[in-house]
Amino acid sequence: MLTIENLHAEVEGKAILKGIDLDVKAGEVHAIMGPNGSGKSTLSSLIAGNEEYQLTKGKMLLRGKDLIELDAEERAHEGIFLSFQYPVEIPGVSVTNFIKTAINANRKAKGLEDMPASELLKKIREKAKLLDIDSKFLSRSLNEGFSGGEKKRNEIFQMAMLEPSLSILDETDSGLDIDALKIVANGVNKLKNKDNATIVITHYQRLLDYIVPDFVHVLFDGRIVKSGTKELAHELEAKGYDWIKELASHGV
Amino acid sequence: MAYTEEELKKELETKEYEYGFYTDIESDTFPSGLSKDIVRKISEKKGEPEWMTQWRLKAFESWSEMEEPEWANVNYVKPDLQAISYYSAPRTKPKYESLDEVDPELLKTFEKLGISIDEQKKLSGVAVDIVMDSVSVATTFKKTLAEKGIIFCSISEAIKEHPELVKKYIGSVIPPKDNFYAGLNSAVFTDGSFCYIPKGVRCPMELSTYFRINQAGTGQFERTLVIADEGSYVSYLEGCTAPSRDENQLHAAVVELIALDDAEIKYSTVQNWFPGNKEGKGGVFNFVTKRGICHDRSKISWTQVETGSAVTWKYPSCILKGDNSVGEFYSIAVTNNFQQADTGTKMIHLGQNTKSTIISKGISAGKSQNSYRGLVQVGPRAKNARNFSQCDSLLMGNECGAHTFPYIEAKNNSAQIEHEATTSKIGEDQIFYCNQRGIDTEKAIALIVNGFSKEVLNKLPMEFAVEAQKLLEISLEGSVG
Repeated sequence: MLTIENLHAEVEGKAILKGIDLDVKAGEVHAIMGPNGSGKSTLSSLIAGNEEYQLTKGKMLLRGKDLIELDAEERAHEGIFLSFQYPVEIPGVSVTNFIKTAINANRKAKGLEDMPASELLKKIREKAKLLDIDSKFLSRSLNEGFSGGEKKRNEIFQMAMLEPSLSILDETDSGLDIDALKIVANGVNKLKNKDNATIVITHYQRLLDYIVPDFVHVLFDGRIVKSGTKELAHELEAKGYDWIKELASHGV
Repeated sequence: MAYTEEELKKELETKEYEYGFYTDIESDTFPSGLSKDIVRKISEKKGEPEWMTQWRLKAFESWSEMEEPEWANVNYVKPDLQAISYYSAPRTKPKYESLDEVDPELLKTFEKLGISIDEQKKLSGVAVDIVMDSVSVATTFKKTLAEKGIIFCSISEAIKEHPELVKKYIGSVIPPKDNFYAGLNSAVFTDGSFCYIPKGVRCPMELSTYFRINQAGTGQFERTLVIADEGSYVSYLEGCTAPSRDENQLHAAVVELIALDDAEIKYSTVQNWFPGNKEGKGGVFNFVTKRGICHDRSKISWTQVETGSAVTWKYPSCILKGDNSVGEFYSIAVTNNFQQADTGTKMIHLGQNTKSTIISKGISAGKSQNSYRGLVQVGPRAKNARNFSQCDSLLMGNECGAHTFPYIEAKNNSAQIEHEATTSKIGEDQIFYCNQRGIDTEKAIALIVNGFSKEVLNKLPMEFAVEAQKLLEISLEGSVG
């Protein structure tokens, strides 16, 4: 599904990613872990097409299609979804109105008519139930005055509505209490199928108890210094990131 | 496309005036210039009674001694008032039985505007009195209204048919001496709308007028008078578009509202006159005086969406004379490129327990300047007067300006006055968030702007709200149709 080769990127002239290789296949869940400042969020922003980050070298392909050629909204139309670490507020625009606009924009890109209101309503109800969201929440202004948990739940709600083929969850666990974490993880698990893929970006192993990854990659100083299965996450939890720093300094 | 300041700027600049066309209809135009003779001629041409002619002449006299105001936060070259022709009316005097008889050129104009009379007729509950260059050319639904005793006609007709009402109320809220442009209007107004709702009658439909400036070099001087008698209700819509012209055009309208005891008037405006091109050339000067007077327990609500004109100078106001009366002002003002808007309201609390609400949303883009100017005045007799004001500004790019000038004068110590103001900017992060969900930048801006303006858009009648949302998109974006 997603193939990344030798990806280099910088922000304001400062190199952040220094050669990333990643291969994510349909049906897989990949976790990317790493200490603060290792480049995790840069990687997710880059895949999503945020132009604040300059790609200097390398390749990014989605189902063989060159992502670098596509604008952020075109990548979304191709099925890329980013659950933001810090979702923005849009005052006066309700959760419902926003998701309706997003769904219809994606449909338009595929040459489809707007989704009929009845169908949309049915879908909203179904997905809201999945994430334990009540209808009052749906009429509130997007992310305005939302608690950390509500913001993240809203991100996963949008993911459920848009049904992307590749979802990137950027620090979705941050700011969540254990109950909210379970609801969010449960939602992600239910949305998982053999045709889509998920990249979970996290600092802590905690989330991975609930969203079990097939592969774990450790990012440090702009490079993936170690890859493995879910056991790697446990090892990391036990040994801490200093262990990784040592690995990196020995030039693995 | 991800959004950068530079790209946004470019995009905003590419907006062309959608309604920039010119209809070639034979017009009857006076020579340029203004004098007593011209005023007399206008009155004569319109077949007005002598009292009206005298009223105009008196207005002209007082206007002659007035100076053009300079206190507004706008810069422009003052129009040469002697270079303007003060009368321009379609020559084919229309008294139509059906649409077939209407000048086909005119119908084409309406089609381009997307407000074909045909459609409007079908639109249930909307009576349209179309004012094209000063003279009413079509009035529909008149019969239905007449059955209820509602009078809805051109002001010229009202002067002839209902002189007692016009005589009593014209200039009663905005006297000719009020200000320079109101004085000018009083002397030379060519037409406009008149509306009277009898006692206890609830007007069954939204009354609506479309204005359009169409003749090169003719100023437009509309005069509107709305009288809601005791216990009555009316919702009045006014929508405006104008074709693009190279030279500046002056528009100095006067709107007077009278809400007698227990009456309610809701007055909504969408204004989309030519704002000038992206270099700041051309565009309409919109110097309008709008004011209403509230008697006991009555209510006047102004709602406006202002997207057009090169220079706007407009303060729809309420005089809360009666006890327990209510005044409201809801406004969205959008400025782009070199547009300048100085708009707001005056809430004059004279009666006891009077209440007023002001919600103003200013959106500035390009190199434009957007000012809110509002006065809340509480008189010595106005016990327990209350006001709430909220002024929000949204900025796009780094070259525009938003200004707020709130004036508060309270002469009764029981008054409660609140003022809230915010300024925000459309963020790249907001745009990227929308992009990531598959929403392109244009649509994202529209979404954010509509969200910002929601409290005011919600106050508009349904069919107007849709049009207004569309206008906001057109005003701020490249190619959204």
